[in-house]
Amino acid sequence: MAATGHSLTRRPRQGRLVAGVCAGLEPAVGVPVGLIRFAFLLGGLAGGVGVFGYLAAVVLLPEADGAVAPTRRRDPIELAALISIIIGGFLLCRSSGLWLGDVVGFPGAVAAAGVALVWGRPEGRAAVLGPVGPLRVAVGVTLVTLGAAAFLAATGDIGVLGRSLVPVGVVVAGLSLVAGPAVGRLFEALRAERRERIRSEERAEVSAHLHDSVLQTLALIQVRSGDDREVQRLARRQERELRAWLQGRDPAGSVETVAELVEAIAAEVEDDHAVRVEVVTVGDAPLDDRLRALGLAGREAMLNAAHHAGVDSIDAYLEVEQDLVTLFVRDRGKGFDLEAVDPKRRGLTESVHGRMERAGGRAEVRTAPGEGTEVELAVTRHP
Amino acid sequence: MTRLRVVLVDDHQLFRSGVRAELGDTVEVVAEAGDVEQALAAIDLHRPDVVLVDVHMPGGGGGAVIRRVHAERPDTWFLALSVSDAPEDVIATIRAGARGYVTKTISGRDLADAITRIADGDAVFSPRLAGFVLDAFAEGGTSSTSADPELDQLTPREREVLRLIARGYAYKEVARRLSLSVKTIETHVSSVLRKLQLSSRHELTRWATDRKIV
Repeated sequence: MAATGHSLTRRPRQGRLVAGVCAGLEPAVGVPVGLIRFAFLLGGLAGGVGVFGYLAAVVLLPEADGAVAPTRRRDPIELAALISIIIGGFLLCRSSGLWLGDVVGFPGAVAAAGVALVWGRPEGRAAVLGPVGPLRVAVGVTLVTLGAAAFLAATGDIGVLGRSLVPVGVVVAGLSLVAGPAVGRLFEALRAERRERIRSEERAEVSAHLHDSVLQTLALIQVRSGDDREVQRLARRQERELRAWLQGRDPAGSVETVAELVEAIAAEVEDDHAVRVEVVTVGDAPLDDRLRALGLAGREAMLNAAHHAGVDSIDAYLEVEQDLVTLFVRDRGKGFDLEAVDPKRRGLTESVHGRMERAGGRAEVRTAPGEGTEVELAVTRHP
Repeated sequence: MTRLRVVLVDDHQLFRSGVRAELGDTVEVVAEAGDVEQALAAIDLHRPDVVLVDVHMPGGGGGAVIRRVHAERPDTWFLALSVSDAPEDVIATIRAGARGYVTKTISGRDLADAITRIADGDAVFSPRLAGFVLDAFAEGGTSSTSADPELDQLTPREREVLRLIARGYAYKEVARRLSLSVKTIETHVSSVLRKLQLSSRHELTRWATDRKIV
């Protein structure tokens, strides 16, 4: 593993507490950093093994360039198992003699748990100074205090604590009065800076997108300003693309439903023939062979309208019902005499009727000279 | 015949001039407004026949204008005009009180027709709006707490009319196709508009509450 330059175990620059050993081990071991720190602290208490292990790791593990990837969340049972293992190891150390004695060991363990709780990273968040839940802090501080109190009680110095508590309290209160507002402002400034950074990243992303799309199109439109059809085509394509982007869709994404197919076909016809195809869809269904045939027959109908109707706009309406899918393609153009269609012009007959019949559906063309044309295509959903 | 008096509310100056040019002499644009406050002042001053209102504007869109005007002057007609295709925007504006919805790509002549129709007290359904309504009133699923079940369902005839509109038929063409009078078609569409505004179908309330409008 080491030979392949295993990149996971590095000491990250961000999210470290001392030298980044625990944070670096997190992704490799798959255990939350808080627990790793807890284990090292216990190891340190257990005759100083943890301290040596830590120093060795500092020397052995290289520093990483960026922050570590956030770990996944753990379920409670897994967490409980990990904690049991650590406590087990702890007790093993105690019984095997690697132990500073109960007076230091137990209170130290409690305090170490508190420290791990406060400095642990909730949900894989990076910054040590990041938002730590108030509850975590409260529980952590309580555990540390309990540990310290237990140590003092065990060594018989608990009376000292009572005497020194008052002056310490006064000093702490005074300090927080003096420094509190300043610290608060510092945190507020950090938060503001963070918000600003997120905003400016978003702005950069939007402007990059607009630059690649809208500005390019506007430049093209200026160049082609004499050619009305081309300008319209460019504007339509840009509109479609921008809409898809605003709605968070991938314009080049895969087509998986019949509504998406009809939209995609309409876009393609618009692009190739400089007509507008207004698509209205009601309901949707996953694509299958029959619906694909319906879409392709619809494409033929749209192309027919674009070529022969002499209009600049076509309406397409797709309705998906419980057991029937219908697609209408309508134009208000020239229309034609159905009886008089040249048999050689097989477009409508073959591509539309033939395709629909093979798919077990039906096609109907309503038209008359001067009346426009409407092609109705339908397939049942369940054969 | 006197021309209809119209107030044009949109936050984009460029777009307002575009619409004005498209409309030409067919209607009289008595005032333009770029935000909600200007719109309220202009409507109060000019008492227009029809207000063309953009769905999206800073400081509250067309919905805000409609609600505030309707609180005092419920007889002002609104036609919503938007580039937005999102159903929730459209439905919310209609439920706020607009009598129709057209997209901004509409031609000047069609827009003038729509304004005339609105001024006559009729409803204007573009193919897209008809599609949204058919979607929202899909058979099955109704509100369980419905006070008036009649409001939650479209009649088969209304459904038929909406389907034809969604297919791109103008009212006149719908009438001919169904062998009905244009007046009857207008009645059906107005009835659908009423259901759209008053129904408590959960699809509609969901769309509306998505926009924090009830």
